[in-house]
Amino acid sequence: MGMEFSRGFRIFLRVCMWIGLAILYIPLILIVVNSFNQSKTFSFPPTGLTLQWWIAASHSQGALSALGTSVAAGVGATVVALLLGTMAAFAVQRYRFFGRQTISFLVVLPITFPGIVTGLALLASFTNILGPLGVGLGIGTVIIGHATFCIVIVFNNVQARLRRLGTSLEEASADLGGTLWQTFRYVTFPSIRGALVAGALLAFALSFDEIVVTTFTAGPEVQTLPIWIFGNLFRPNQAPVVNVVAAVLTIVAIVPVWLSQRIAGDSVTSRV
Amino acid sequence: MAADQGVAKRGPVSAFFATRPKTRLGLLLAPPLLWLVVAYLGSIVVLLITAFWSVNGFTGAVVPAFQVGNIVSVFTDPLYREVTLRTILVALSVTVIDAVIAFPMAFYMAKVASPRTRAFFLVAVTTPLWASYLVKAYAWRVLLEPNGPIDIVTGGHSPGYGLPATVITLAYLWLPYMIIPLFAGFDRVPSSLVEASADLGASTGRTVRSVILPLVFPAVAAGSIFTFSLSLGDYIAVTIVGGKTQLLANLIYGQLVTANNQPLAAALSIVPLIAIILYLLAMRRTGALESI
Repeated sequence: MGMEFSRGFRIFLRVCMWIGLAILYIPLILIVVNSFNQSKTFSFPPTGLTLQWWIAASHSQGALSALGTSVAAGVGATVVALLLGTMAAFAVQRYRFFGRQTISFLVVLPITFPGIVTGLALLASFTNILGPLGVGLGIGTVIIGHATFCIVIVFNNVQARLRRLGTSLEEASADLGGTLWQTFRYVTFPSIRGALVAGALLAFALSFDEIVVTTFTAGPEVQTLPIWIFGNLFRPNQAPVVNVVAAVLTIVAIVPVWLSQRIAGDSVTSRV
Repeated sequence: MAADQGVAKRGPVSAFFATRPKTRLGLLLAPPLLWLVVAYLGSIVVLLITAFWSVNGFTGAVVPAFQVGNIVSVFTDPLYREVTLRTILVALSVTVIDAVIAFPMAFYMAKVASPRTRAFFLVAVTTPLWASYLVKAYAWRVLLEPNGPIDIVTGGHSPGYGLPATVITLAYLWLPYMIIPLFAGFDRVPSSLVEASADLGASTGRTVRSVILPLVFPAVAAGSIFTFSLSLGDYIAVTIVGGKTQLLANLIYGQLVTANNQPLAAALSIVPLIAIILYLLAMRRTGALESI
């Protein structure tokens, strides 16, 4: 391809591509390699490789309980996002109504606005409206915050699948006397299952590494893994454990993308 | 007969909904709409209202006593003006750097690479998007630290922590957000136009300038919405690699956490909100919003 362009230009583009990929991946590789680095402070190249920091990290109470909180928040936000995102996707793809475009826009809005605006807005309503009603900041408010920007991930995946699926199978099922529930259970659901799994994995990954909205909605008691890292980032003696947790976060965030690509070939992993 | 059996099996609930598509639509739409309108848009409204409230000087509690002092100081205080200007310059620099790096990459993926390698490259540029944002910023802290890798490779010419480091880190963080819309933009350029231009004797440079650039411009604008908006709202990367650099989001965070002044923080957050809305409006003219 690209024979319309001069050879020199094509080589130039290829070189730029590989340089760009190197820029994208070198910092990530550095983080993973660094977690096995023997010396306590950064040394380049590493003086030796060791598993001792991984073992130390696996005994770090703070990191472990933060991991638990992150998983709980991620699962909660994923469940809410799955329900709401799927419902919105069905409404937009299977019905024609006034304001359909507005729904799509509304779903995307929470990831278009900067996290600090979303976080501060949620904090303002939690403290000024829910606070007087006796609802404090905690894991519940984190889940509400995360679900708000995770909806779009499920929505995009389910909507893309429903669009490709068309309506002929569902109509056939209805024509053959299938009830709404039977049609959903035996025709629609099996066809969108892959998209649901992909959407759930990606929503979980997005929630798992979110920090800005979390900072504003968590309150002082709740610590997710990113908040734990941020709190320990500037403590030199915690550096080796922080390096391990950072490596874990990198791997845990990337694996769902590859998985979702394998489960649903058309999975919408771009976020944008 | 089969149809009769089906109808016979239909329960009262199913029978009720089968003939009422509007009820079904209403039930499907209500929960997500309630969530997004009440929880999300409602919160943005509360944020705007909070900006006009006050803080009780003794207890530090937010009290609903109307005042415009915060808004006035946000737009007149020289410190806030300086920080706003710096933040917008940072966001624009990040956008330009990302556009320059992403342009040849997206060009290569869409118009030069073979279909198989294109699929590989697409996954390769999308995946880092999902690696932890915090960890990526932290990686640059390690890269830029005194006697760190960049110092070693450049022989002691690492920019260190500060404003340049912030721009570099933000540009790194948001690069995939520019590559992906740009790739889609290049992909939409019909190959026939490019071939026609070459057949008519245009040089590569001429084809790129006169055919490709005008067609992919809306995609650059679409990508710039993300790089610009995300840079405006960032305070984590600045805290990690920025040294003493202050950007708008730092100030907002500082007012909220250190000064415990939620109304002033809310008033300050109106600045990035306005900047983004203005930017979105400006970009709408380029047709960028249709290509998100």
